[in-house]
Amino acid sequence: MRPFTYERATSVAAAAKAAGSVQGARFIAGGTNLLDLMKLQIETPTHLIDVNHLGLDRIEKTEEGGLRIGALVRNTDLAADKAVRRDYAVLSRALLAGASGQLRNKATTGGNLLQRTRCPYFYDTRMPCNKRQPGSGCGAMQGMSRSLAILGTSDACLAQHPSDMAVAMRLLDAQVDTMGADGVARSIPIADFHLLPGDTPHRETALKAGEIITSVTLPRPIGGTHVYRKVRDRASYAFALVSVAAVFGKDGTTRFAFGGIGAKPWRTPAADAAGKQGAKAVAEAALTGARTTHHNDFKKTLVERTLASLYRQQEARA
Amino acid sequence: MKFDTPAGPNPIDRGRVIGIPHDRIDGAAKVTGSAPYAYERHDAAPNAAYGWIVGSAIAKGRIATMDLRAAETAPGVLGIVTHANAGKLGKGSMNTAPLLGGPQVDHYEQAVALVIADTFENARDAAKLVRIDYAAADGRFDLAADQARGVNPGKDADTKAGDFDAGFAKAAVKIDQHYTTPDHSHAMMEPHATTAAWNGDRLTLWTSNQMIAWGVGEVAKTLGIPKEKVRLVSPYIGGGFGSKLFLRADALLAALGAKQVGRPVKVAIARHQIPNNTTHRPATIQRIRIGADKDGVIDAIGHEVWSGDLPGGGPETAAQQTRLLYRGPNRMTAHRLVTLDLPEGNAMRAPGEAVGLLALEIAMDELAEACNIDPVELRIRNDVQYDPEAGPQRPFSSRKLVECLRAGADHFGWAKRNPKPGQVRDGRWLVGMGVAAAFRNNLVQKSGARIGVDAKGRVIVETDMTDIGTGTYTIVAQTAAEMLGVPLDQVTVRLGDSRFPVSAGSGGQWGANSATAGVYAAAMALRTKLAEQAGYPADQALFEDGLVKLANKSQTLASLAGRDGLWAEDSMDYGDLDKRYAQATFGAHFCEVGVDIDTAEVRVRRMGGAFAAGRILNPKSARSQVIGAMTMGVGAALMEALDVDTRFGFFVNHDMAEYMVPVHADIPQQDVLFVDELDDKSSPMKAKGVGELGICGAGAAVANAIYNATGLRLRDYPLTIDKLLKAQAA
Amino acid sequence: MSSDHLTRRGLLQGSAVLAAAAPTLSAAAPTPKTSGANAMMPVELTVNGREVHLQLDPRTSLLDALREHLHLTGTKKGCDHGQCGACTVIVEGRRINSCLTLAVMHDGEKVTTIEGLGTPEKLHPMQRAFIVHDGYQCGYCTPGQICSAVSVLEEIKAGIPSHVTDDLDDVALSDMELRERMSGNICRCAAYPNIIAAMRDVAEAKA
Repeated sequence: MRPFTYERATSVAAAAKAAGSVQGARFIAGGTNLLDLMKLQIETPTHLIDVNHLGLDRIEKTEEGGLRIGALVRNTDLAADKAVRRDYAVLSRALLAGASGQLRNKATTGGNLLQRTRCPYFYDTRMPCNKRQPGSGCGAMQGMSRSLAILGTSDACLAQHPSDMAVAMRLLDAQVDTMGADGVARSIPIADFHLLPGDTPHRETALKAGEIITSVTLPRPIGGTHVYRKVRDRASYAFALVSVAAVFGKDGTTRFAFGGIGAKPWRTPAADAAGKQGAKAVAEAALTGARTTHHNDFKKTLVERTLASLYRQQEARA
Repeated sequence: MKFDTPAGPNPIDRGRVIGIPHDRIDGAAKVTGSAPYAYERHDAAPNAAYGWIVGSAIAKGRIATMDLRAAETAPGVLGIVTHANAGKLGKGSMNTAPLLGGPQVDHYEQAVALVIADTFENARDAAKLVRIDYAAADGRFDLAADQARGVNPGKDADTKAGDFDAGFAKAAVKIDQHYTTPDHSHAMMEPHATTAAWNGDRLTLWTSNQMIAWGVGEVAKTLGIPKEKVRLVSPYIGGGFGSKLFLRADALLAALGAKQVGRPVKVAIARHQIPNNTTHRPATIQRIRIGADKDGVIDAIGHEVWSGDLPGGGPETAAQQTRLLYRGPNRMTAHRLVTLDLPEGNAMRAPGEAVGLLALEIAMDELAEACNIDPVELRIRNDVQYDPEAGPQRPFSSRKLVECLRAGADHFGWAKRNPKPGQVRDGRWLVGMGVAAAFRNNLVQKSGARIGVDAKGRVIVETDMTDIGTGTYTIVAQTAAEMLGVPLDQVTVRLGDSRFPVSAGSGGQWGANSATAGVYAAAMALRTKLAEQAGYPADQALFEDGLVKLANKSQTLASLAGRDGLWAEDSMDYGDLDKRYAQATFGAHFCEVGVDIDTAEVRVRRMGGAFAAGRILNPKSARSQVIGAMTMGVGAALMEALDVDTRFGFFVNHDMAEYMVPVHADIPQQDVLFVDELDDKSSPMKAKGVGELGICGAGAAVANAIYNATGLRLRDYPLTIDKLLKAQAA
Repeated sequence: MSSDHLTRRGLLQGSAVLAAAAPTLSAAAPTPKTSGANAMMPVELTVNGREVHLQLDPRTSLLDALREHLHLTGTKKGCDHGQCGACTVIVEGRRINSCLTLAVMHDGEKVTTIEGLGTPEKLHPMQRAFIVHDGYQCGYCTPGQICSAVSVLEEIKAGIPSHVTDDLDDVALSDMELRERMSGNICRCAAYPNIIAAMRDVAEAKA
């Protein structure tokens, strides 16, 4: 971990301003991912701005009937929130499928969106990785890629997005509310928040330098049956091989978002529209353009199977 | 004391303390966090500086240049150890590659420098500033690709009896299959760690090591100093499983670092360094051929194993159990060793059997199906009460495999199993049951102890034996209490210090039996002294209730010990009983799994087993050993694998997020039955070991249950979702 | 020497040094050099009910502050990356991985470690239950398991759902719930069923 200076921010505006003016500054909230990476010098901030005391830890109703979730709301609290359990159960389920009780007690809503990939070549600083060190190559492409993405990847990067929460947020059409270093607030649709790697896999989000996430806003509840199904190599405390977030609407409409397979939380209009035709059709629609390696081609089958499992559950409920 | 004839009745048989499921005597220290581990010796080595290991970034080649300037001038840095300034180092006889590399590099993450600083943070940061240019060389990293280059590694690599080829050729039913197991990481919870301090030319290492006397010898040899100048202290060890049998880089570099900076230095190998820096269980490719008659009676059995290691390393002896487990006049085993440049392979819990049985016990399941015989019954039919290579003149000292299979099957409800695969549904789960035999050799090792009674009548035992979670503290105390007739809480046990008599150490599941036999020997010597002091004939004195009794006379231990206490030291050494008798532990594993009908996720629903391992010294801690090992077997079956990048030559998933081991949610209720057994040819304790027996076969029971649930026969461990889906599609 | 003793000593000497405004207030800690590139920062914690004042490198994790500066070594370092749970402590009433948080981020907060739950002379019921059920082997993950176990029973009581909770609004204690919630604490010796049995005992005694 490289030396850094540390400050506790006292207001959102001050935090954003400080982050914009100090080269190498980073916000720290839960720290569960950032410190992990700092210890390995994958992240090397020179200045940490602790945003834990900015009062961004409330969950409140919006005028539109949605929910505004403070960026500092801990995963545990978000999953356990009454309104979330009732109206956005898929979000509760996704959160609870992730990490461990200890980590969820610390990890925040904003931080979770910024979680970085678990690609093992990203994690070993002696290996080539375009995301960690632009231009160094991709270690995974010809290497071990079993856990990596099959959608949205590029010739430069196969990294998967590791978050469960973000998959549910994508499904629910969340908006990411931010404040820039210039004090200007804006709202970014979750679909546009995460970037695809392209030639610049080190650029992961639409955030500008110094821009801080203040909250995540959910639109009005959409009802229906909410499910989140995560398939992994052990029963708990593991990242997804494949995960599916779904809402089966009372009117027959469906929504699907996927984790473990995309360079970002994955959702397509075609997959949503294919819901009535069943698991196979949804999988086909979602997997359009998938590029697999010898190690991760099973994920295509597993997407279909995981969907089949959801449909089976759904039929059992009906 | 020499053990060269079968044990007769002895004080241990009283079973007042031995054999009772006592709580561990070190329990309170462990549950309150007051038991000190190697990196926590603020009491013994205050002001220790912090060392951080720099590991090689290449798998093979040379260090061309090393630039230490930035690191040396970094804040808080006190010194840097490299090959250039470490002086001439020897190599421990049990190390394959040097623990401090350079200029030659033998494997990825091999230690090439230790950066020492005043704080942990400064050491870790400065280590990143060491600049090394390497001249990488081509290496060999792919066992499968190089399988044909395997050579006979010598001693017992090939065994044969009868005529395997002929027997197999004429067999009515034949099984001929290949199986693979991947590289495994011990993944013990406490990283390798050492605090080192020099006092003049005397070195003390507070370290985490299973084998104190081996460690002393290896430290002395590597540093080129007399053994007498080296002290190892390991009272608590946060898990070993074989990873801490040997001197490793933490201890050597802490010693070198402390010498260089003139103050104590502590070093822990960082978690992400452990899989590539230290040892691992090598991957295997195995071929098993079994020829049987249509009733499943084996006539020919052959087991061939290929594994890899660094030059000078050894094979994974995965065919070991096949020499002894089942009948059959025509038999062969063979091991072939492929030179690879991956990190160092070595022992992990039940080396040989743990992965050998993963293969053999699937093969037996396949044979049972081919013969249309229940797999429990098949194993019973192929039981043999003598070493099948040597013939009836070498019987087993005791062998209760059949009893284990029957008792285990009965207890587990095996009779309810549907022998036809893929028939049982429970909601979204396909349910199946599997069985596998458990087998692990019984090894005995010379072991010594010192035992005394102090003026208050308190019994004190000292031995360099270690407790790696095995329950040693407690069974040693139980042995002493039984021998001297005192309650358990009147015994103090001191372990893991090279100042104490040399013991068997913790390895190869020989620890419990051998170490307590050593305590038995010392206690016998002390009983003689106490009886003499009392003026009673030693062979007639009775030791109970804190008294030495003769007829209606008695004296307290305290009074006999006197103000200075009374001490005795002895060791237990072994004759040739293990040559005249085949000695092993046996058991039977049963497992029920559910396999998701859509996603192929596997969940173990319940596990059970019955085990025969001689006298069970403490059923509570022994049961814990067995269930823990069963869980490691579940890991091997379902998730554990070090993934090899055959281009760069390293284990890619080198941390605990990516190298999967079972968590709470993976493990259901586990039932353990111990079958009554006393093995009078093993030691006066009539005990054997259980610490490794529990992993032997456990994974195969899982694999066979998956087959019974789904009809999918996978032979390439671990049996992960991707492989199950592929098998289903095929 | 009990950790309790060390803490008390640390506090006493710490108070004395406070007046002198010396760089460290932990008696047991090595005298920190000003050599670190990072300016030291004052950190005040209430650890196991006792106030401690430290001057720390901002890089110091809460785990290392406990182990290396306060010499509360009951909390273990297994992986230092949030992958094993051995470092679990209770901060402001919640269990967290002390390895993945900086000590300076907890200035002014209350921390409970294994040493604060009980001592060999006065065991916490969960500690006693772990002994009775042999809920450990090597002992290295044990303090973290126990801190988690104590917290898990509280979390269930508070109605916080888990991954295996069928109805998010109906949280009840079951073995499956305990297993899922304890999954962030790896035990390679695998005392898992024994740990669950210990937790069940404590939960039933409380009920």
